[in-house]
Amino acid sequence: MGIEIAIAVLKAVVVILLLLGLAGMLGWVERKGSALIQDRIGANRASVFGFAGAGLVNTLMADPLKFLVKEDLVPAHVDRFLHTLAPCVNLFPVVVAFAAIPFADTVHIAGRAIELQAVSINIGLLYVLAMMSLGVYGVVLAGWASNDRLSLLGGIRGSAQMISYEIGMGLALVSVVMTYGTLDLQGIVRAQGHLIGGWLPAWGVFYQPLACLIFLIAGIAESKRNPFDMPEGESELVSGYFTEYSGIKYLMFFMSDFAEVGLVAGLMTTLFFGGWQVPYLLADGFHLPWGATVALPGLVVTLLQVASVMVKVLFFCWLQILIRWTLPRLRYDQLMAFGWKGLLPLALANVLVTAMVVLAVQG
Amino acid sequence: MSPVVFMMMAVLLVAAALGVVLHRSPIRSALSLVVTMFLLAVMFLLLDAHMVAALQVIVYAGAVVVLFLFVIMLLNLREDARAMARASKVVAALVCGGLFLFAVLWFLVSAAGRGIDGGLEGGVPATFGSTELLAERLFTQFLFAFEVTSVLLLVAIIGAVVLAKRKLA
Amino acid sequence: MQQQYLSILVTFIVTGAVVGLMVSLGRLLGPTRPSAIKGESFECGNPSTGSAWGRFAVKFYLTAILFIVFDVEVVFLYPYAIVFRRLGWFGFVEVLIFASVLLVALLYVWRKGALEWD
Repeated sequence: MGIEIAIAVLKAVVVILLLLGLAGMLGWVERKGSALIQDRIGANRASVFGFAGAGLVNTLMADPLKFLVKEDLVPAHVDRFLHTLAPCVNLFPVVVAFAAIPFADTVHIAGRAIELQAVSINIGLLYVLAMMSLGVYGVVLAGWASNDRLSLLGGIRGSAQMISYEIGMGLALVSVVMTYGTLDLQGIVRAQGHLIGGWLPAWGVFYQPLACLIFLIAGIAESKRNPFDMPEGESELVSGYFTEYSGIKYLMFFMSDFAEVGLVAGLMTTLFFGGWQVPYLLADGFHLPWGATVALPGLVVTLLQVASVMVKVLFFCWLQILIRWTLPRLRYDQLMAFGWKGLLPLALANVLVTAMVVLAVQG
Repeated sequence: MSPVVFMMMAVLLVAAALGVVLHRSPIRSALSLVVTMFLLAVMFLLLDAHMVAALQVIVYAGAVVVLFLFVIMLLNLREDARAMARASKVVAALVCGGLFLFAVLWFLVSAAGRGIDGGLEGGVPATFGSTELLAERLFTQFLFAFEVTSVLLLVAIIGAVVLAKRKLA
Repeated sequence: MQQQYLSILVTFIVTGAVVGLMVSLGRLLGPTRPSAIKGESFECGNPSTGSAWGRFAVKFYLTAILFIVFDVEVVFLYPYAIVFRRLGWFGFVEVLIFASVLLVALLYVWRKGALEWD
């Protein structure tokens, strides 16, 4: 029993550090990436003895330290408990949802089967959805606790936006569950291991392209990033619902923003792009379509699988950053109209058509 | 499921429920309600009803209480200082609570001998609480209830729109 | 079965500890010099006017109700998605009826204009 708890704690700590580190890195990647897109240099001042370490000094030392030692300014006439609770409630669900992402196939060490997944339950996808629906509270509480009408407006609009797109996301995931017949994330990734037509890896995007697109759009809307960042409204509402925050709490809001980018990227890779599946890599090595095989020891296979997840997650994080700096912002009524009148009927139609197609093929 | 774990969860659950009723600020009540719903989901997990636990969090903690919070914030409900003042309210609450407690205890005592099987033929199956079993039963044995639910939801939406529109017009 | 939920409990506790640590570190390490001006709401220097509240916005309430209804629909579709192959066309027709009743609800709300100017 003690060993079980120790392994679980280790996995949780590793995943949390991974996600928070990713969130920090993404802050710097966003600044440099946007600079690249906008043809300017971007952040280049933070360095230790002239060594800037490609943003590591900035993200791991300069930014967190700066935010930690700033004054924790709480405006007067606010509910202090709620004011402190809001950034915690904002960050918590994103991190625990990310913990369900599988990083490799089951590893057998010393006769014990260990899943490389901090939360491995057989209703994994429902768990992720449940945690994401708890993310609304952070926004609502932040807006309310700031006791300021601009923040409250930003908070209510932000949460209304989040719940509108949650349905589209839920329906897109229903069609994914239909394709694989299981809610277990590890099971879904395993089911993407075979080959279509002998050469094409059976990734989810080939079976459910529309669901993939809907999920990406809904995911970006959930994390309230451009083109859906009206509640944050940088040019209108200062910082929207987290205007009244400073210091580490402000950093926590930003961290949860980037952590959600990581979460959406992680879910995209797990559900639609094969997760830890490397094309043609099986448990004992590569089995290339033209017949050649490359035998590899189990440890190398596991490392390749973990690397595969990381590469795909980073790709989708970069994609979301690219989308942010390319597309203009949607006006709030356009945003809500798109969610209710566009994504919802489309996702529902996708579910019904998927059911019809599968039943027609099978029956 | 060990009695110790159940006791711990039960104590927390009752404390959260008391928080809903006793807090003066409506926002704190609503937040206690979220905690209550979450702990209820944990209780469902302890009873091996996995899917119901997840759905409890998604629908109750994730949607219904959000609605409550919206209403509280939109109406700008602040603390109600006179809430607990009147003795008649306290007496009425005690009487209703006492009656309910009596009914629950009576049911528990009368069912103690024969057990509760909830209408499942042949006792509790081994896959109790699994999603497949729940899904199969939902769409075969409880089909009518499922279809009626959709009509209920339609009625709820129509009612909400009618009420809201009247407020605006 | 309990082993699976042990991982959730552990993850929750570790995450809670990390988040709590961040907030308390911020509280400890930062200076605390409150002043009247710092305590006011931030409005780019303009003094605030009026109370913190304006009109009652019914559209948010409607959005939340719609969300509950469609969330329940999604929640019913998940069990269907798991066993739909076994239920065949009969099950599909059942769910089609369910989805179309709720589609009628969406159309009603759409036509009544409750999805506008949000």
